[in-house]
Amino acid sequence: MSASSTSPSLRDRVFEVLSFVPDPEIPCVSVVDLGIVRNIRDGLCPTLVITPTYTGCPATIVIEADIRAALDSAGLSEIKIETTLSPPWTTDWISDAGREKLRAYGIAPPPKGAASHSLRQGSAACPRCGSTSTEEISRFGSTPCKALYRCLSCAEPFDLFKCH
Amino acid sequence: MREGLIEYALRLGDDSLVLGQRLSEWCGHAPMLEIDLSLANVALDLVGQATHFLKLAGETESAGRDADALAFRRDVLDFRNCLLVEQPNGDFAQTMARQFLFSNWQELLFRELTHSQNPVIAAVAAKAVKEVAYHCRLANEWMVRLGDGTADSHVRVVEGLEWMWRFVDELFVTDSEIERLIEAGIAADPRGLRPEWDLRIYQVLASATLDRPKPRRAVMGGRRGHHTEHLGHLLSGMQFLPRAYPGAIW
Repeated sequence: MSASSTSPSLRDRVFEVLSFVPDPEIPCVSVVDLGIVRNIRDGLCPTLVITPTYTGCPATIVIEADIRAALDSAGLSEIKIETTLSPPWTTDWISDAGREKLRAYGIAPPPKGAASHSLRQGSAACPRCGSTSTEEISRFGSTPCKALYRCLSCAEPFDLFKCH
Repeated sequence: MREGLIEYALRLGDDSLVLGQRLSEWCGHAPMLEIDLSLANVALDLVGQATHFLKLAGETESAGRDADALAFRRDVLDFRNCLLVEQPNGDFAQTMARQFLFSNWQELLFRELTHSQNPVIAAVAAKAVKEVAYHCRLANEWMVRLGDGTADSHVRVVEGLEWMWRFVDELFVTDSEIERLIEAGIAADPRGLRPEWDLRIYQVLASATLDRPKPRRAVMGGRRGHHTEHLGHLLSGMQFLPRAYPGAIW
């Protein structure tokens, strides 16, 4: 089986495998949903290109180890993993499916297309009741990617995935 | 050029590492939970930057030292951070004064470095500059709250600024080590950052009802390894475990 002849299906296979690898800190979304998995570079030795979310995200090392383990147990141990910083990850890399999973999990997803204005203070919609009557409690939250909010309509406290 | 790049990557990495370590001293001690979270998050961002820059320094040096070796097994005289970042936290106002001066400088610096001819420096800067924008906003807002707050908070932030101000000029000087890197478009010329930095700082000070600190004789030397006494104490805490248990892993 040469890599070049299998490239479309290899890519599909790898993305299928990785769609079951959860983010260690927000396990409702996979590393594919978050846009951490960039692409597969084909060739004699196929290479999976991944990118970290936040510069100091302590989950980065765990994520790479989890991806390695998932590939290995799917019989894809010949695939190398390479980390790239460029172009930088933004919240716009999170897929629509990923945004919906975040909302269902209780985390307000970042508005799409807002990443170029990382400091934009839009109104966050409550993931529980949908109200946009919400207030910021703390701009820095339980992980680097989140801020803490409160819904003024249903009183639910919730995390907002920050624009980045 | 290779020597210069090692030196420059160490300066960038050590600034972030030392300030990240300083800020993490607040973890569990901040006056409010929200502040505790903010400072821990800022510290984490800085340590992340340091990891990338020290990795670059180690790879350029090719002497088998990775980011951890450079962070945990280098002695104080080999650190290349500016003196500002190693200053003690003092009270919360002094910590914020230091952050205010540093983050506004770092944001301008990283904005320039996104155009660096070195692809690693450009990539790290492009990634980190968005995070540093958050640090600036946090520090700028606290300067206003403290300066325009109570009589007590006003006095404390004035004193914090007074202490930190003598270390500002060091952020904007250059030396023969990096001149060639500036010419080659790898390093940013720090002198060019001063006008906009001044503008930003003085605008925030004005809305914080704070006077501009009086000019002081600048204290410098960090880039050549001449540090204040505080850095050694910081490193003794940070480096104790990896030095006491070499090769220990989680």
